[in-house]
Amino acid sequence: MSDSAALRVTPLNAVHRASGAKMVDFGGWDMPVQYSGIIDEHNTVRTAVGLFDVSHMGEIEVRGPQALKLVDHFSSNWAAKLNIGQAHYSGLLYEHGGFVDDILVHKVADDHFFICVNASNQDKDYEHIEAQRAATNFDCTVENAGPKYAQLAIQGPKGPATLQKLTSVDLAPIKYYHFTDGIVCGIPARIARTGYTGEDGFEIYIAPEEAPRVWGEILAAGAEFGIKPIGLGARNTLRLECKMALYGHEIDATLTPLEADLAWIVKFDKPEFVGREALLKQKTAGITRKLVGFEMVGRGIGRDGYEVRLNGEPAGWVTSGGPAPTLGKNIGLCYLPVAAAEPGQTIEIMVRNQPVEARTIPTPFYKRAK
Amino acid sequence: MYPETFRYTKEHEWVLVEGDTGTVGITDHAQKELGDIVYVDLPKLGVTLAKGATFGSVESVKAVSDIYAPISGEVLETNSLLAAAPEKLNEDPHGAAWLVKIKLSDPSEIEQLMTVAEYQTYIGA
Repeated sequence: MSDSAALRVTPLNAVHRASGAKMVDFGGWDMPVQYSGIIDEHNTVRTAVGLFDVSHMGEIEVRGPQALKLVDHFSSNWAAKLNIGQAHYSGLLYEHGGFVDDILVHKVADDHFFICVNASNQDKDYEHIEAQRAATNFDCTVENAGPKYAQLAIQGPKGPATLQKLTSVDLAPIKYYHFTDGIVCGIPARIARTGYTGEDGFEIYIAPEEAPRVWGEILAAGAEFGIKPIGLGARNTLRLECKMALYGHEIDATLTPLEADLAWIVKFDKPEFVGREALLKQKTAGITRKLVGFEMVGRGIGRDGYEVRLNGEPAGWVTSGGPAPTLGKNIGLCYLPVAAAEPGQTIEIMVRNQPVEARTIPTPFYKRAK
Repeated sequence: MYPETFRYTKEHEWVLVEGDTGTVGITDHAQKELGDIVYVDLPKLGVTLAKGATFGSVESVKAVSDIYAPISGEVLETNSLLAAAPEKLNEDPHGAAWLVKIKLSDPSEIEQLMTVAEYQTYIGA
């Protein structure tokens, strides 16, 4: 058992503990890793609906007449292209092109952007963004707003039907990566059709003191569909099957979006943003390593940090790897020299000092039927 | 839950000695801690195990755990059930999902292992 006294907790901590969830230290947060079991929870999200407490995630709000200018300065995607009520995935980058974090930028109003960031990065991200504001002197404010929100994810094919029972907002017209503000369970909520599972569903942002009641009401509303609470273990297998990046694994300060196969979040057409020059240089020179998916061929599981070899020589490393419950095989992502980072390449993964055969395959590993 | 006839290790293996043969597995406590077991790596037949040494691993969705020989000896048999159905370790860790059978080289080592009462105290059961 971890020492919970030293860990940060979400407003639902007592609820998780009372339900018998297995808790772990996740980047300094005391979080549920599983309830009924990772595979059962994974399958529940793919086939029905699951409820996640992701209140550990951070929120940073930028407000003011020049809020858009600041966001488009620190973010690699192009916020000026967003409509009000629309969100996109982006990179918060250093000048050298490596990741401070990966972020979700929501445009609430012309002068208000709501940014969802990773839990363990939120203070670093806030300091980075505030430093950019001070340096540019754009007329706006930056708020480290994590403690003001609980975040719940309702994910799976029955996610929309579950949430619809609890709100008068018509959810059907909300498109993927769009959001609206409305009432859920009688309280104000930001309702976003986003997620980290590859399934349909929503993420809602609410006042933290209401989280235990709303959690219970969502579980009751979803009971007819077989809803279950889902821990971080299944969150990881779900996102890996869809090749969604996890900070500290596929991306970090030493890796760029071009290397991480995320070139689509780098908008070189945008005249200026932090990291643009370094990335343009890297694009011109050509990247030397690239993220690629693999599946195990031999018996064994390639896991995070394992060495990858090409023709017996060390060539890269596994960023995330493990069993894919939906696919029934062992998969992963790894960095390889760019020439080898194409599907169909035979590689070896060093599993406890023994090479085990694997091959690179196209990604995402899993894509839901429309 | 925990058979009286087994002896137990601090690393949560069990051994059942019958004559000069020891059957080795992991405990119910261990499988619960691991969660969904998806892969079991066992030694080859004829390999000699030293008490306390790693002889294989059990992998859950989330993690890899080494397994340690509770007792010294030569591997006589490995449980072929587990290659195709590793999840049996979650279902029947003290029975059908045993890991290996060992020809004991020093049966007196058994006295160094925990009794069921000692093990239950150890895990707070």
